[in-house]
Amino acid sequence: MDSSKEKKYWKKNLKYLSILLCIWFLVSFVFGILLVDELNTIRLGGFKLGFWFAQQGSIYVFVILIFVYIKLMNRLDKEFGYNN
Amino acid sequence: MSIQIWTWILVGITFTLYIGIAIWSRAGSTKEFYVAGGGVSPLANGLATAADWMSAASFISMAGLISFNGYDGSVYLMGWTGGYVLLALLLAPYLRKFGKFTVPDFIGDRYYSNVARSVAVFCALLVSFTYVAGQMRGVGLVFSRFLEVDINTGVIIGMIIVLFYAVLGGMKGITYTQVAQYCVLIFAFMVPAIFISIQMTGNPIPQLGFGGADENGVYLLDKLDGLHKELGFAAYTSGSKTTLDVFLITAALMFGTAGLPHVIVRFFTVKKVSDARKSAGWALLLIAILYTTAPAISLFSRTNLIETVSNKEYKKLPEWFGNWEKTGLIKFDDKNNDGRVQYLADASKNELIVDKDIMVLANPEIAGLPNWVIALVAAGALAAALSTAAGLLLVISASVSHDLIKKMINPNITEKGELIAARLSAVVAVCVAGYFGINPPDFVAATVALAFGLAAASFFPAIILGIFSKRMNKEGAILGMLIGILLMLFYMMKFKFDWFGGGTKEDWWFGISSEGFGTVAMIVNFFVAIVVSRFTPEPPEEVREIVESIRIPSGAGDATH
Repeated sequence: MDSSKEKKYWKKNLKYLSILLCIWFLVSFVFGILLVDELNTIRLGGFKLGFWFAQQGSIYVFVILIFVYIKLMNRLDKEFGYNN
Repeated sequence: MSIQIWTWILVGITFTLYIGIAIWSRAGSTKEFYVAGGGVSPLANGLATAADWMSAASFISMAGLISFNGYDGSVYLMGWTGGYVLLALLLAPYLRKFGKFTVPDFIGDRYYSNVARSVAVFCALLVSFTYVAGQMRGVGLVFSRFLEVDINTGVIIGMIIVLFYAVLGGMKGITYTQVAQYCVLIFAFMVPAIFISIQMTGNPIPQLGFGGADENGVYLLDKLDGLHKELGFAAYTSGSKTTLDVFLITAALMFGTAGLPHVIVRFFTVKKVSDARKSAGWALLLIAILYTTAPAISLFSRTNLIETVSNKEYKKLPEWFGNWEKTGLIKFDDKNNDGRVQYLADASKNELIVDKDIMVLANPEIAGLPNWVIALVAAGALAAALSTAAGLLLVISASVSHDLIKKMINPNITEKGELIAARLSAVVAVCVAGYFGINPPDFVAATVALAFGLAAASFFPAIILGIFSKRMNKEGAILGMLIGILLMLFYMMKFKFDWFGGGTKEDWWFGISSEGFGTVAMIVNFFVAIVVSRFTPEPPEEVREIVESIRIPSGAGDATH
């Protein structure tokens, strides 16, 4: 097997992972916990925003993150011919 | 028809369904017994993972926990869903490519050592047994409340059902019963939630009703904050735990989720790497339906409870109050003898004690829903408890028959012999779980929540480093796991069971609770593993090749020995 091709694939994978995990950290630990009081001064309908992130928003984003990852990786697999 | 007749009918139908599926999907080989033959579709695996994951605690206790803790309850919501992002991105695809039967299989092969394998088996058994006892207890509780049979008889009925499909069908039987159980439990959870959301906010979608307003146009969350203030409780939308503790507990639950063996093995059952990713996506989507509804139920039931009982005449309270008083889950003590219920934060004046489990179990009665909906909740709670129990029992039996017997004690055992050993260890595991369900040791309730800390402190770093670091060797991984899990056990025993001198909240290290300490122990595990590996020999060449191969998704063969 061509090892430089494998390295390229792995690097791309790591890049996707780090971007997606930054968002994962942001919506839960930052918006839902660390900045919750600041965000609670903003309202989203009947919710305080920080509280909404902690009990609803972060979960929606988690689901979206996994589906984005599936899409990105399927495309990457195809590009590298790893999709058998 | 009465609640009890409805419950017998619904429980009877669902149990017949599970047994029917078990007979249809008997396992004929060890591969079918451990990983359902390896050909489960991503959607079916997502459904099964969701049912496997959502236990009696998710179904019965979580909404109540959030109800009583308000914002602090967010740790469970974020923690028990966020872990799936880690599973999908950092573990599931690579472990599927690796293609073995169990988590100790991966640890033992990647770290080329039976010591590592044994440590992994020890951790898997510790985590799974603490977790399964709670499930059997949940089965017993539901039987005793809804069907008025003795709690121990309830546990035994549950044992027989689980025994039937776990022993007969192994992973194959479990997978397809879990698919059915997901459908039952989500239907049972959503129907009352939708009814109550319409009643309270006019919006049929609980997630939107959560942010909705009552008939006077006051947002429910603001209203509840106001009610809490009147009664002296902390505001519902703000917590009382420290930010550091909330942060660490959430992290421990997330990393623990990603390190739980009974969840990880589910990803060994699909055909290829891309299917493992897909089924993680399905699983979280299906779990999120319950997890975004639960906090809405918490809000509705908390508001309902306070409005129904607070400062009301005891004699005029609705019938459900008396029903649940009989079970001991609601206690009323008229301290000032005025015949009214004073529900207050001040313990010396408070006259009402409400168990958290009531919030889901009694919710339909509190909201005055029809009898069949109340019965449905019982069938759903049983589905949640049984599906998780079965998944855990499979991990226990595979650890014994595959990791201990086949891989270490008697490698020459025949396929047939291993299958018999697997079935026998499943029988023994069910009996042990049932024993703990009937005679629950005090520590069960405390340790179920801590199982996550144990998983985070042991498996998570060993697996992640095994995939993402080629340099990680057996010395680093073994010492990391051992120090991580022992540190976690020590902290838990000291502050939960009062061993090693015990201690109170003031003695917590840096103000960290035992639930949050899993994150600290995990960081220590990572640190120890990385430092030790730098001063000990590199792993052999073939191990580096394993790591290179699991990083590439193509050519994932069938799971093998």
